[in-house]
Amino acid sequence: MSLAVGDKITFRIARFNPETDKKEHYEDYEVEYRKDGMMVLDGLNQIRWEQDGTLSYRRSCREGVCGSDGMNINGVNMVSCMTHISDLKSSVITIRPLPGFPVVKDLVCDMTDFFNKYYVVKPYLVEKTPPPGEERLQSIEDRDKLNGLYECILCACCSSSCPSYWADPDYLGPSALINAARFVFDSRDEGKDERLDILNDKHGVWRCHTIMNCIPACPKELNPTKAIAALQQAIVSRKY
Amino acid sequence: MADIPVKIHESDVVIVGAGGAGLSAAVQTGLAHLKTAVISEVFPTRSHTVSAQGGINAALANMDEDYWIWHMYDTVKGSDYVGDQDTIEFYTRNAPSSIYMLEHWGMPFSRNKDGRIYQRAFGGQTRNFGETLAHRTCAVSDRSGHSLLHTLFERTLRSDIAPYVNYFSEYYALDLIRADSGQVIGVVTWNMVDGGINIFFGKAVIFATGGNTRNFRTNTNAHINTGDGLSIVMRAGIPVEDPEYIQFHPTGIYGIGNLITEGVRGEGGYLLNSEGERFMKKYAPHVLDLASRDVVSRGMAQEIRDGRGVGPKKDHMLLKLDHLGHDFIMDKLPGIWELTYKFTGIDCTKDPIPVEPTAHYHMGGIPTNLFAQVVVPEGDEYEKPIPGFYAAGECACASVHGSNRLGSNSMLDLVVTGTQAGRQASKWILENDIELPTPPVEYLADKTAGDTIKKINNLFDSDGSVKMDEIWEKLRDSMSNNMGVFRTEESLTNQLNLLADLREKYKNIGIQDKGLSFNLDLIETLELGSLLDVSLVETAAALNRTESRGAHYRDDYPERNDKEWLNHTLTFLNDDKVEIKYKPVRMKAITAPTFQPKKRVY
Repeated sequence: MSLAVGDKITFRIARFNPETDKKEHYEDYEVEYRKDGMMVLDGLNQIRWEQDGTLSYRRSCREGVCGSDGMNINGVNMVSCMTHISDLKSSVITIRPLPGFPVVKDLVCDMTDFFNKYYVVKPYLVEKTPPPGEERLQSIEDRDKLNGLYECILCACCSSSCPSYWADPDYLGPSALINAARFVFDSRDEGKDERLDILNDKHGVWRCHTIMNCIPACPKELNPTKAIAALQQAIVSRKY
Repeated sequence: MADIPVKIHESDVVIVGAGGAGLSAAVQTGLAHLKTAVISEVFPTRSHTVSAQGGINAALANMDEDYWIWHMYDTVKGSDYVGDQDTIEFYTRNAPSSIYMLEHWGMPFSRNKDGRIYQRAFGGQTRNFGETLAHRTCAVSDRSGHSLLHTLFERTLRSDIAPYVNYFSEYYALDLIRADSGQVIGVVTWNMVDGGINIFFGKAVIFATGGNTRNFRTNTNAHINTGDGLSIVMRAGIPVEDPEYIQFHPTGIYGIGNLITEGVRGEGGYLLNSEGERFMKKYAPHVLDLASRDVVSRGMAQEIRDGRGVGPKKDHMLLKLDHLGHDFIMDKLPGIWELTYKFTGIDCTKDPIPVEPTAHYHMGGIPTNLFAQVVVPEGDEYEKPIPGFYAAGECACASVHGSNRLGSNSMLDLVVTGTQAGRQASKWILENDIELPTPPVEYLADKTAGDTIKKINNLFDSDGSVKMDEIWEKLRDSMSNNMGVFRTEESLTNQLNLLADLREKYKNIGIQDKGLSFNLDLIETLELGSLLDVSLVETAAALNRTESRGAHYRDDYPERNDKEWLNHTLTFLNDDKVEIKYKPVRMKAITAPTFQPKKRVY
């Protein structure tokens, strides 16, 4: 179907209020398609500002870099601010919170566990040698190795789409692992060994079964599966 | 009445805001082993620093000869001579070491062939006091803000600091707590996840609450940039400095405002009007599209006024960059390509981007001095520090940017003033024996947060008929029409009348969501209140300033008037009444000679 300005679409939204509800239910809202290029976030704002102020979701930058608004839209994880309503090609858009996380309210999840797993991989540059008085030198080629890794916005769309992540509550998940790779493959980092020790675990890189749900889920078009494979290779080719 | 739980926390330092400035401060208080509470409306990496693109200025001289004094000169000139020259010297001198610090912490800067940090050209940055263009902007592709914010957050996760820095994400700041002596001793907040008042006491409080241009129709700002910090300090009797200076970024995407970095022009892109003319040659003959932002935005607005705007409404301009080549754009400006494609459907390696001047940054803010202390006039003194209170980043007015900020100077501002605030707050705590109030808790909550709790309860209880959306729509439209690039006595007077009306309506506002957990309705209603406060002092200060300077342009007073107006504005807000005072500009630098006001030509 194609949409014209003025058309009406249905947003079917999972609602849950911990103060009054025992379990989630769906509510339908009619959203007016007001301009070409309208995003799902624009539709959510329209509902909240004009119809139902009790709807809750996270959002901030509205341009796909802050990572607040990961949600499940028509069965696929994406950030609502960068998802064109017209691209969904359906008259009913079903929106749920990210799967696999406890729900705080409506589309807002409790991300504590997700961030704890990110902290585990030591997501920071480990320096052992004192740095020079100026910048450390890094070749263009070495810097290029970080492309496709450093752009992660921690939106959790990848981890929340991963069946291994749902099945194994201790699995670090694609998001934490791509962030680990961002440092493992940084020529300036001196913490590779300790980091690989953490990842070399049945709940670490070896839990990835290359289901590859994480790749289409990433709104930044990164490839967590590839990053995990590179980490696996770094572990098996490690010399002691 | 909703039953609102109250909880009390105690720390050495309370930092409000976890963007670039707040995190820079947290690194320092963490290194000083002070127990630090970082309060933020969003998880730290969601803060709006993440959206910055172009880079961060420092005279590293990686591309060509460069010195901090040239950077200082450009910043003073860019400020239209109302930047305070002591802070500008401190800021530009500390720039190179700040960049090296960030690199050492892992910031993934783009590199040159020799392995050094890549630097690009940016607006208003010159060599040898205005002679030629400088390449001073240290860049991480066009994702510099994302990298800066993540690097700073990562730094606080290292084991030397992590035990001292406690994050309280999704806590929304409501009010400041001041002791009878005037000392700032804490902040009252709302726990957004579970609901409830949380009071944070601290021996020092650092505000790093960011910007506030969500009050304009098209703006580059995130949903959370609503000036809460400024509204809070004004409620505590502290003025806002220079609120009339609002930066309009020349290249927001037409109609929606998302930022297209000045780096596009730094790398060789340029603006065209409907006649295909590179019109900036008329307004800035030497540096054209790389003049400072106020000059470029005014040039664009003038072209549109003269009927040379693009599109059916003749209301925007085109930014051409396809001549840079596909590979170059994908290497140096990939985020721009993505944003443009997503939001307009245009492939900018082939076609120009439609752009318009867009509200972007507030040069004004909480008045601070060289030491990031919040300063207020008292008796004969213009700048008396408030004990225990610091501010940094966009919410502060140091004033590094004066009446017009240069591109990529704000990222530096975050790091330098944030670091300074963290260090100075630590010094104050370690050198003084500061006692915080002790329980009983009920007494404390009642005394320090009684009014705030009442306000929240009133909102929950109100059956007010006015909906937030109507006020918000009118506010955005009217600020864009009356407080935009061109201002007149008439437009500003109209705006003041309209704001009085909107503020009256706001008193009868009702919220629909009466629950405690993740109540976005409550937060956005409070945010609208903040924006109404900020809009009021912005407009009142703009009406009073009968000259044109930097980003403040009065059609009815088109010239700068140094004889009467080489000063800073201080606006106080008492209920609905604005009181305006002025204070001198700190013209004396630390070691550098004073740069005297000259006519600004680019």
